[in-house]
Amino acid sequence: MRIDSLVTIIGMALATYLARASGLWLMGRMSLTPQVERWLRHIPGAILVAIVAPATLTSGPAEALATLAVIITIARTGNLFLAMTAGVGAVWALRNFLR
Amino acid sequence: MKIQPHEKINFTASGAIKGARQSLPLVFGVFSNGAVFGMLARQAGLSLGEASLMSGLVYAGASQFMALGLWIAPLPVITIVLTTLVVNLRHILMGAALRPWFSGLSPLKSYGAVFFMGDESWAMAMREFAAGGRNGAFMLGSGVAQFIAWLSSTVMGYALGAVIEDPARWGLDFIFIATFTALLVGMWKSKSDLLSWGVAATVALAAAHWLPGKWYILLGGIAGSLAGAFGDNHAD
Repeated sequence: MRIDSLVTIIGMALATYLARASGLWLMGRMSLTPQVERWLRHIPGAILVAIVAPATLTSGPAEALATLAVIITIARTGNLFLAMTAGVGAVWALRNFLR
Repeated sequence: MKIQPHEKINFTASGAIKGARQSLPLVFGVFSNGAVFGMLARQAGLSLGEASLMSGLVYAGASQFMALGLWIAPLPVITIVLTTLVVNLRHILMGAALRPWFSGLSPLKSYGAVFFMGDESWAMAMREFAAGGRNGAFMLGSGVAQFIAWLSSTVMGYALGAVIEDPARWGLDFIFIATFTALLVGMWKSKSDLLSWGVAATVALAAAHWLPGKWYILLGGIAGSLAGAFGDNHAD
């Protein structure tokens, strides 16, 4: 293995691990006041909305409709596996159908 | 969702197995992406050892695909490493959100588990905790299952070419968005989420339009969570 490749890969590994560990580490050094806990509690929903909104609203009608299929399936059944399958099936069908 | 002092966080094999089992649909998506990565890594001139080492140590899809695009001699080492850091800044926010759940765990367990943290395993774990699960190993199980798929499919894609050249043709790329959407629906608690989610969506859409890469996730997440916390304070 070439030395510059090895250095690059190890640098990338340190960068990704630093990002993964530092939030946990920083919060371990702060006192979790009610305000901080409230903020932390809102992070999962906010991040998932931020991931999903551009992907579903700006990709096209197939993605938007498939997202709707996921929402309906999870709301009706509460079954994550079923919702994932419905989403993939719907986007596959719609991409072929709407093209 | 606030942890009460009497709630003990476990970290057991059964929690890890539950996390792995619930992630099985995701594993297919990871596997098809990993095979594409392996194939492209070969085309970019990486050796099999380099491609496998990257998937095993870095374990971050977007950063690895980005690195392939920059993999031209002489290697721009600093550019690749710094871009990797920027692409993964959102994980700082995700790790912060884990703290209340991981406080009761030993450093070996919590800092070991975050090595395997990805967007998907983190989101699955946050949903599990929100639904009352108290096993910290859930995220580890989900992350390890996807790690095995990522590493093995990298090797396979390198050796045999991608099983599925274009995962999007079969809708496999959508499995991640479908998962995030389904988890999100389960996270809806009350109308107080409306402000947080609305701000997150608005900022993310704007950032996705004007900024490159994955800034939209970090910025939308920060803005939305702060707005939510601010709204709660106001309501009290």
